[in-house]
Amino acid sequence: MENYLIAMAVTAGIYALMALGLNVIWGLAGMVNLGLVGFFAVGAYVTALSTIKLGVPIAMGMALGALAASAVGVFVALITVRLRGDYLAIVTLGFAETIRIVSSNAIWLTNGTDGISGIAGPGRGTLSPAAFNLLYLAVVGAIVAATYVLAERLRASPFGRVLRAIRDDEQVAAVAGKHVFAFKVRAFALGAGALGLAGALYAHYTSYIAPEIFVPLLTLYIKLALLAGGLGNNRGAIVGAFVVVFLLESTRFVIPHVPGISAVQGAALREMMVAALLIVMLRYYPQGLVPERLRIIPPPGSATQA
Amino acid sequence: MPPIVEEIAQLVVNGVMTGTILAVPAIGLTTIYAVLRFPNFALASHATVGAFAGYVANVKLGLPILPAVLCAFLVAGAVGVVSDEAILKPVRPAGFITTAIASIALTIALENVLRFGFGNDLRGYDLPIMRDWRFGPIRVGPQQVENLGIAVAAMAALFTFLAFTRTGKAMRAVADNPMLAGIKGINADVMGRLVNFVGMGLAGLGGMLIGLDTTIDPLTGFRAILSVFAAAVVGGLGSIPGAVVGALTVGVGEELCLLFLSPDYRGAVGFVAILLVLTLRPRGILGQRAY
Repeated sequence: MENYLIAMAVTAGIYALMALGLNVIWGLAGMVNLGLVGFFAVGAYVTALSTIKLGVPIAMGMALGALAASAVGVFVALITVRLRGDYLAIVTLGFAETIRIVSSNAIWLTNGTDGISGIAGPGRGTLSPAAFNLLYLAVVGAIVAATYVLAERLRASPFGRVLRAIRDDEQVAAVAGKHVFAFKVRAFALGAGALGLAGALYAHYTSYIAPEIFVPLLTLYIKLALLAGGLGNNRGAIVGAFVVVFLLESTRFVIPHVPGISAVQGAALREMMVAALLIVMLRYYPQGLVPERLRIIPPPGSATQA
Repeated sequence: MPPIVEEIAQLVVNGVMTGTILAVPAIGLTTIYAVLRFPNFALASHATVGAFAGYVANVKLGLPILPAVLCAFLVAGAVGVVSDEAILKPVRPAGFITTAIASIALTIALENVLRFGFGNDLRGYDLPIMRDWRFGPIRVGPQQVENLGIAVAAMAALFTFLAFTRTGKAMRAVADNPMLAGIKGINADVMGRLVNFVGMGLAGLGGMLIGLDTTIDPLTGFRAILSVFAAAVVGGLGSIPGAVVGALTVGVGEELCLLFLSPDYRGAVGFVAILLVLTLRPRGILGQRAY
């Protein structure tokens, strides 16, 4: 039971990292990313392949995974950022699907749908499973904490202010002399890097990755986490990730007790519930449960009346 | 003819066939985009809904293919109207990011409704087994030709509707300039419902045509979605003739890639087509400006 709880905390930490990354892209810069899971997969595959095939140390493999995801993010952003947002939506979704297609079929590289197993973890094998779990929780916790601090600094920095200005009105930001294009590309790169790092953490934790893990449903989990915590709110992103993992796991215990349904039907019911929850959130709380607090500056002249 | 030329000729013929079938859901996507101005990813699940509606009509009720295809269109169209009214329309004011995310959630929800009812098994339609027709070195399946005929008939019906009927013209007016259309007394809500019915109906019809070629399962539509979006983007998002041209381009392109790629990469080829078009000519072959 303890191991189970720790494993869930690690999962929540990884989701939190993804939610923080998404928050830079969606919450701050107002860009859509429907292919989170693609960047997550790039991070996971790059670190798995570089540690197994090239013998790179784990930490460096994870850094490579994050960098690769970030580089892919730059590429995707460069192609679409000047266009209408619709195209970013299409390209990010298409990117995630393409990663899944390629990882399922490029057997020489990714071992296809069988996936890659035996990915090293820090201390796996030498430590007891319980100690490994705890160590990994500490690693994930430290990375999430560091990312949180960085994300908060970013939000408060001039860079973050420009991103929010772009989100609220791109033209005004451009008129104020900000290079909208460059800011958007950098925001996308930063967010994608966090997504890739989350993927790398996932790969070294579970020791096994396969294309079937990187399904669009995971993208919905993270959107749900971010909305539960409040769009643009970094602390909320972390809380939201824990709430989502708690919800998902509790259905795992409830659904087997629903009478007269098969395992496939149970899984379908679970996915339906996640989708329905997200739709409800988008409809009634499009800014999330805890919306961003904006400093309202009264327009000049109104101060005298107050 | 040397073998390589024969092979290419066969692939082009296949490409035109798959492209024509692809054009049907691509037109659905682009029509919805033209009127409602967002990329509706729920198209994927509506294609699957259509494929399953056709399956029920064909296999469970024993109807021949043509009435089954009509069922696919009607059921997917009806589901499209209801799901839009209940789920997507209320979130549209929150902006297109919210709407796009909601449409993905809707797709996953509908997929799982089908999975709940039908399971993950692959299912096939009840089709007579027929020998391929041969034209010299080129082989064509009679079922493929029938599919081609259905696709062409559906497109012809849509063009007639848009070009010659009052309602069709009103729909184009809304796509062209919603404000002006409103001033002329065209009800945007009614047009929204209509475009969802027609668009998602075409998606369902397309889903069934895709299924007739192979088998169907709850992911049938999602697997095709990259090719469908590629067709719409290559042709120019929002342009109906563009969707046809784009679908033929993508269809032939995907088949020609079989010369050096396994068929599993079909969707990836569509994605590369999207990237190429967005880099070189973002508006697509026949589209309006894209920024």
